[in-house]
Amino acid sequence: MSFLDFLRGQKKSSASIAKDRLQLILINERGAGRNTPDFLPQLQRELIEVISRYVHINPDDIKVNLDRQDSLEVLEVKIEMPQAEIRG
Amino acid sequence: MARIVVVTSGKGGVGKTTTSASFAAGLAMHGHKTAVIDFDVGLRNLDLIMGCERRVVYDFVNVINGEATLHQALIRDKQLENLYILPASQTRDKDALTREGVEKVLKDLADMDFEYIVCDSPAGIETGAVMASYFADDALVVTNPEVSSVRDSDRILGILSAKSRRAEKGEEPIKEHLLLTRYNPKRVADGEMLSLKDIEDILRIRLIGVIPESETVLQASNQGIPAIHIRDSDVALAYQDVVARYLGEDKPLRFVDYEKPGLLKRLFGGK
Repeated sequence: MSFLDFLRGQKKSSASIAKDRLQLILINERGAGRNTPDFLPQLQRELIEVISRYVHINPDDIKVNLDRQDSLEVLEVKIEMPQAEIRG
Repeated sequence: MARIVVVTSGKGGVGKTTTSASFAAGLAMHGHKTAVIDFDVGLRNLDLIMGCERRVVYDFVNVINGEATLHQALIRDKQLENLYILPASQTRDKDALTREGVEKVLKDLADMDFEYIVCDSPAGIETGAVMASYFADDALVVTNPEVSSVRDSDRILGILSAKSRRAEKGEEPIKEHLLLTRYNPKRVADGEMLSLKDIEDILRIRLIGVIPESETVLQASNQGIPAIHIRDSDVALAYQDVVARYLGEDKPLRFVDYEKPGLLKRLFGGK
């Protein structure tokens, strides 16, 4: 940083901006690529299989989703039950 | 057993071929019989950097397809008698590299008593790059202190740990080494460039060396001489250190700190 920059007041150096940006983006990308096993489609298939043994459901009524908020991972499984069929 | 080293980066233009040439030459200078293979099918350049472009007759793909023997295709380096170059094909497309074909060439090289096989990976994450790293024991991940290069290196590290023979067989993973190139200590001191510590923090792999940004690299490629041979240059010394560290020697880092030029130097110039 030059003396002039110093007089203008200390700005964040562009190198530290680069580091912050990289750290942020790589946390997300690593989550998406490196560490997540690709099990979601199979989990969905097997859930449909198991539930179908007991209730009639439409394969589209099961939604499996993996969500990430900061350091928290949420595995969300949403199953819509057709009301009439349960009673029957 | 031959040790297979891939030189990779994801991003293009960061110094993979420069590094492959100098690293392979450095191993040969230590007395190891070494082969360096250009995996960049369609865009070969290792031959130019090594200065043997006019001696290319057969190439890697010819060998894989059985159109030539390894003996016919290997080019002996003009300076080092235990260094050989296997050039890439300039005319085929990258799908010419099959896993079986590459595996056979590597095995045949090992049977010819090569101790080290350096694989110069193309940029990108497609067939050529995957083939270059698939059989590797060690990886030199060449990275510039610049955001897109660091991100691409991170991506490549993911591929090394997932799509390699060692990963698929559940063996000990590829040994990954970070090689920083085009490093400018002054710009780092001025806060304009990511420091080696920043990049180590982000990529979290072991640093094997830092190559300073230098005019020497262009001078070397102009002449077709691996930069490690350019006398009294920082780049050559830095590459020699990298090779020594790779072979297990303990060498402190050089050319990573910026020294303010003294008054005399500023008045009269000089390097």
